[in-house]
Amino acid sequence: MNPVNDENSTMSDEQQTIQNITDQDYKYGFVTDIEMDEFPQGLNEDIVRMISAKKEEPEFMTNWRLKAYRQWRKLKEPKWPKLEYDEVEYDELYYYAAPKTKDAPKSLDEVDPELLETFDKLGVPLEERELLAGVAVDAVIDSVSVATTFKDKLGELGIIFCPISEAIKEHPELVKKYLGTVVPYTDNFYATLNSAVFSDGSFVYIPPGVRCPMELSSYFRINASKTGQFERTLIIADKGSYVSYLEGCTAPMRDENQLHAAVVELIALEDAEIKYSTVQNWYAGNKEGVGGIFNFVTKRGLCAGARSKISWTQVETGSAITWKYPSCVLKGDNSVGEFYSVALTNNYQQADTGTKMIHLGKNTRSLIISKGISAGKSNNAYRGLVKVNNKAENARNYSQCDSLLIGDQCGAHTYPYLEIENPTAQVEHEATTSKVSEDQIFYLNQRGISTEDAVGMIVSGYAREVFQQLPMEFAVEAQALMSVSLEGSVG
Amino acid sequence: MLSIKDLQVSVEGKPILKGLNLEVKPGEIHAIMGPNGSGKSTLAHVLSGREGYSVDAGTAAYKNLDLLDMAPEIRAREGMFLAFQYPIEIPGVNNTSFLKKALNEIRKHRGDEELDAIDFLSLIKKQMKLVEMKEDLLKRPVNQGFSGGEKKRNEILQMAVLNPTLAILDETDSGLDIDALRIVAGGVNKLRSEDNAFVVITHYQRLLDYIVPDFVHVLSDGKIIKSGTKDLALELEERGYDWLLEKAESPS
Repeated sequence: MNPVNDENSTMSDEQQTIQNITDQDYKYGFVTDIEMDEFPQGLNEDIVRMISAKKEEPEFMTNWRLKAYRQWRKLKEPKWPKLEYDEVEYDELYYYAAPKTKDAPKSLDEVDPELLETFDKLGVPLEERELLAGVAVDAVIDSVSVATTFKDKLGELGIIFCPISEAIKEHPELVKKYLGTVVPYTDNFYATLNSAVFSDGSFVYIPPGVRCPMELSSYFRINASKTGQFERTLIIADKGSYVSYLEGCTAPMRDENQLHAAVVELIALEDAEIKYSTVQNWYAGNKEGVGGIFNFVTKRGLCAGARSKISWTQVETGSAITWKYPSCVLKGDNSVGEFYSVALTNNYQQADTGTKMIHLGKNTRSLIISKGISAGKSNNAYRGLVKVNNKAENARNYSQCDSLLIGDQCGAHTYPYLEIENPTAQVEHEATTSKVSEDQIFYLNQRGISTEDAVGMIVSGYAREVFQQLPMEFAVEAQALMSVSLEGSVG
Repeated sequence: MLSIKDLQVSVEGKPILKGLNLEVKPGEIHAIMGPNGSGKSTLAHVLSGREGYSVDAGTAAYKNLDLLDMAPEIRAREGMFLAFQYPIEIPGVNNTSFLKKALNEIRKHRGDEELDAIDFLSLIKKQMKLVEMKEDLLKRPVNQGFSGGEKKRNEILQMAVLNPTLAILDETDSGLDIDALRIVAGGVNKLRSEDNAFVVITHYQRLLDYIVPDFVHVLSDGKIIKSGTKDLALELEERGYDWLLEKAESPS
């Protein structure tokens, strides 16, 4: 399925406008001038030990990292995704970078003002969030968390929300019990690398029966040149608890490709629910396809207990390359997994993204809503697996994978995989491909709406089912992001 | 308000309009009739700025502006409205927010303050009564899942909210049953004023029983071959187009 049109027809005005819209420069391209605390280039056992020592980790952690490192040396980068890129020189990367602050700040006053300014430029002023939105932000710039808010309030409920480096020191029993149980250090090339060198990320624990009263949010940012970014996030929702977690990111403009290999593990125990939302807007490279982030992410949730639920929502507009399959392992009986995705590619961006729904328990249900949007000369692939184990009686899945094309130089591809081992399973898959039509644009033009706004409206309408899943402020941000990402694209 | 002189338009090299002249003044309703393929819809599309038409000669002035030089959204913001023959579906885009955006673009262009959600809602609810539209259509995506008649009423509702200076109705009567036709025409009649004008393109005289035109023009082979008052429409109803066509062909 490849609707790429090879005909070299002349561009119509509409196409020209689409081109202009997608040609817009990346608005968040800037670099924060903060002193970096860098390690030598390359990766070996000493570097792994140094990372662990730097973070004052207990021995079990150092050993786990080393096991991962040794495993990683045996692995090769996967070649099966529909992605083309120059090989990453792993021995030329820096594996650790952190802003030079002696002690973690106790309040916003202690945070580097330049850092706060960075957030201002991104339109996410921390103090505003704190006061108005009631969101607790675990701000991550480069690898180490520099600001954590609302900790006390959450603490009263027994909720732990902190940098994972802190959790390793202060709650080693929880980390030891759950880290690597959903994404083992042997899982895949990128996850294994992450296990060896992860620098920081978020840790969340919600005690039994507690409903987290606010959206937990973490803003990730890649800041140092040539620094691989290896975030590690671990979220545990104990029995009967609920948490909604937001992850959003933008990055400064850089010429060289930057590697990002994050791992996110979610664990939902009996009757627990985790909602994980992402808006991803890393630098996508310039109009000629130079630069941009390589984003190789492993995200997986385990519905460990009966009637547990994990819901992934992602809006992916950034990165030169996206390789990402947020998945659910439905182990508990009657557990539910959901995946809502909007992936937008423009210019020379490439995305190979989707999900895996692994049904192990009885009466497990999963829902997949995927909306791909391709513009410019980009390629967008949906890759999804629905697997029903032989013991998973009465498993149900519904998948809907839609592709929207803007212009005639882009590609959309759908790769659904089904592995059904139980005859009682009910699995449905629907797929559509459509184009933003000239008729639609003209209709909106004729009502006074500019072509840029018209395309933004049509695309937002198309992706509405997914946006509805996002928390309110995030949905507004995401819609704005879509328009920004499409600027210069109508072509 | 609208002054078209010797307008010649072709599509992919094929001439469609071959020297069309039309003068529309504020307060007037003009009906344009004619057989299939005479260029009626082309006229509507060229005036509203649709792509794919090449203007080979002639001019069109609207409020003393060079209409043909303006982007379609600017024409709309200057008060020109096209009621589509086939209204377009926009999946997922809410009918109300679409119309609010459109109105505010027009207001911004005029230098008026944008309407907030509350003021807009009271305006739209008032105008909905004109077209006897069900309120749930406001919550649905633009034209999606609407019946043919609902789509046409939605066009008239948009017209009522946007309050254009010049409205072109492109075969708004096609596919409407008599009740819907009456409602749509009633909407137009309530909107007409000394300051605005309508160009009603239609195939049938029927609509003109409800929207009474000041002038009727017969378009054939890209030219207006006969103009008259509403009596001309009645004559056409009775005698068809053939007698006019024959007359136009024989040089006098």
